[in-house]
Amino acid sequence: MAETMATRQAYGKVLLELGETYGNLVVLDGDLSKSTMTYDFSKEYPKRFFNMGIAEQNLYGTSAGLALSGKIVCASTFAIFATGRAFEIIRNSIGYTGANVKICATHAGITVGEDGASHQTFEDIALMRTIPGMVVVNPSDGNSTMELMRQVCAYKGPCYVRLGRAKVPMIYENTEDIKLGKGNTVREGDDLAVIATGIMVNEAIIAHNILKEEGVSLRVIDMHTIKPLDEELVLKAAKETKGIITAEEHSIIGGLGSCVSQVLSEKYPVRMGFVGQQDTFGESGKPEELKEKYHMQAQDIVGEALRLLK
Amino acid sequence: MDLLELERQGRNIRRGILLATHEAGSGHPGGSLSCTDILTVLYFHEMNINPEYPDMQGRDRFVMSKGHGAPALYCVLAERGYYDKSEVLTLRKLNSKFQGHPDHKLVPGVETSTGSLGQGFSASIGMALADRIDGNSARTYVLLGDGELQEGLVWESAMAAGHYGLDNLTVIIDFNGLQIDGKNEDVMTVTPIDKKFEAFGFNVISIDGHNLKEIIDGLNESKNVLGKPTCIIAKTVKGKGVSFMENQAGWHGKAPNDRELEKALSEVGGEW
Repeated sequence: MAETMATRQAYGKVLLELGETYGNLVVLDGDLSKSTMTYDFSKEYPKRFFNMGIAEQNLYGTSAGLALSGKIVCASTFAIFATGRAFEIIRNSIGYTGANVKICATHAGITVGEDGASHQTFEDIALMRTIPGMVVVNPSDGNSTMELMRQVCAYKGPCYVRLGRAKVPMIYENTEDIKLGKGNTVREGDDLAVIATGIMVNEAIIAHNILKEEGVSLRVIDMHTIKPLDEELVLKAAKETKGIITAEEHSIIGGLGSCVSQVLSEKYPVRMGFVGQQDTFGESGKPEELKEKYHMQAQDIVGEALRLLK
Repeated sequence: MDLLELERQGRNIRRGILLATHEAGSGHPGGSLSCTDILTVLYFHEMNINPEYPDMQGRDRFVMSKGHGAPALYCVLAERGYYDKSEVLTLRKLNSKFQGHPDHKLVPGVETSTGSLGQGFSASIGMALADRIDGNSARTYVLLGDGELQEGLVWESAMAAGHYGLDNLTVIIDFNGLQIDGKNEDVMTVTPIDKKFEAFGFNVISIDGHNLKEIIDGLNESKNVLGKPTCIIAKTVKGKGVSFMENQAGWHGKAPNDRELEKALSEVGGEW
C-alpha cells in the first residue's frame, strides 16, 4: 500500500515551510483551521494568522486588502463557501484588482463524504476559471500539492487551489517535473488518453492498470493546472491516441472536461468521454461509497474507454 | 488650518463632479456632492500622502467603499495633483482610466477597486491589519454610503474591525438618507447607525458632514482613541451645493443636462 495523505494535510505542512520562506506570507481562515490545516501555521506564526470567523465574504475581502498592502495571502475555508458564498468578492476584490491572494479551499467534491450535499461542491472550478486572470490548480497528491503551493506562492497574482478532505495515495516521489501551468504524463499509453485532475488521477492510474490486462494502453495525464490549460499536452494526446477521456471530481459542466473539449473542438476534434459529477447534487455517505454511486471511480473511466474503442 | 482654502478646494471639486458627469452623460452626482467636504478635508488636511509617489511606503490610505462616489474621488485626486484635472472629463468614456466605478490599476491614488458595495470596507480591514503587522503608524480611512449599510458584508467587516480592535481604522458613513429607490427608511431601515457600530465595538462620533471644522475635529478624535476603531457618522445632504439636486433621490444616478449644468455651476462656483 502506497503512502497516503490528504492534499489538505500537505497544504498545512507546506505552509510552515512557506511561512519561513516568505516573511510577508499571511494566512487567514474562517473558523475551520483544524480542518483546512492552517492551524499549525497559526501556532507557528501567530502574528501572521487571522481567524476571520464564520464570515467568508469578509475573509476574502480582507485578504484582498492585505494583498494590496504587499502581503502574500493564503486564505482558506471549505471550497463551497469560498467559491460559492464569496464568489463576487473574489471576482471583484481579488480577480479584478489582481490581488496576490491564494484561495486555498479544502473539502472540494464528493469525497467530503458524510457532511452531504450542502458541503460537496462540484461548481468551484467552473466558477473560478471564468474569472479573468485567475490561475486554477487542483493537485492530485500530497507531494505535488506541496510543490505546486511553492510555485503558487512564487507567482504574483490570484490563484485558486482546490484541495480535498480524504486521504489519497502518493503519486509522485519526485516532484522535479511538476510545473505550474504544465500537465504531467504519469502513465504512457497510445490507444486512449485520460486527462484527469485531483483525486481522479489515482483512479485513472488504476484504470490504466485494469485496461492493460485487456490489452488497451491508456495514457494518464495529471492536469493539475486547469487554468491556464496546457493545450500543447492536450493536443499531443489527441493526435497520438484514438480518443480523450476527462476525469474530475467536479461537475462535467464547466470543469476540466469543458476546458479540454473547448480546446479540442476548435483545434483538433476527437471522440471524447466525460467522467465526473452528472448534473446532480451529492448526499451523505463514505467517500468510496459516494465515488461508486456517482460514477467517479476507475471503473467509470474503464467504461468510457471501452465505449470510445467500440 | 485654513478653512477658507478648504472651502475653495471643495468648490473646485464640486465643479469638477458636475462637469465630468455632464460630459459623461451619466454617473452619480448626488452621492459625490454629499461626500465632497469629507474628501476635501481628508486629502487636503488630514492624510499623509504624496501625489508624486502614490504608492509611498507608510502612507495613509483612503478607500471609497461607496464606489459610485467615483467622480468625487477622481476630482479630489486631480485637485490634489495626482493627475491633470482635464483628464477627469473622460469619465465613463471608452479607453478612459476614469471608469464608472474606481479601478485601482488605472488611477494613481486609488487604493482598491470598488463599486460592489461593502467590499471596500472589507479590504480596508486587510489594509489596517497589514499596517499593524508592519508596525506602520499609518491610518486607513474608508467611506461608506448609508444605503451600503444594508449589505451583509458591512457587518462582517464591522465585526472583524471591532474584534481586532483596529484603532488605525476610521470608518466614515456618508449619511444622506437616500438611496436609488428612495429614502433609506422606506427601502430598508439602516438606523440606528450609532448603536449598531457601538455594539460592534466602535468609538462612534456624529458630525455635520458639511461642516469642515466638525470633520476635522472628528478625524482628530478618531486618531486619539486607542484599542478600538472609530465610526464617524457624517450627516450629509445628497446633491449638496446644487439647490435642485439637494435631497432628491432622483439625482443619485443621473447627469445634469446643459441647462441644469449651467445653473448648477453658477451655484457652486469654483474653477476646473
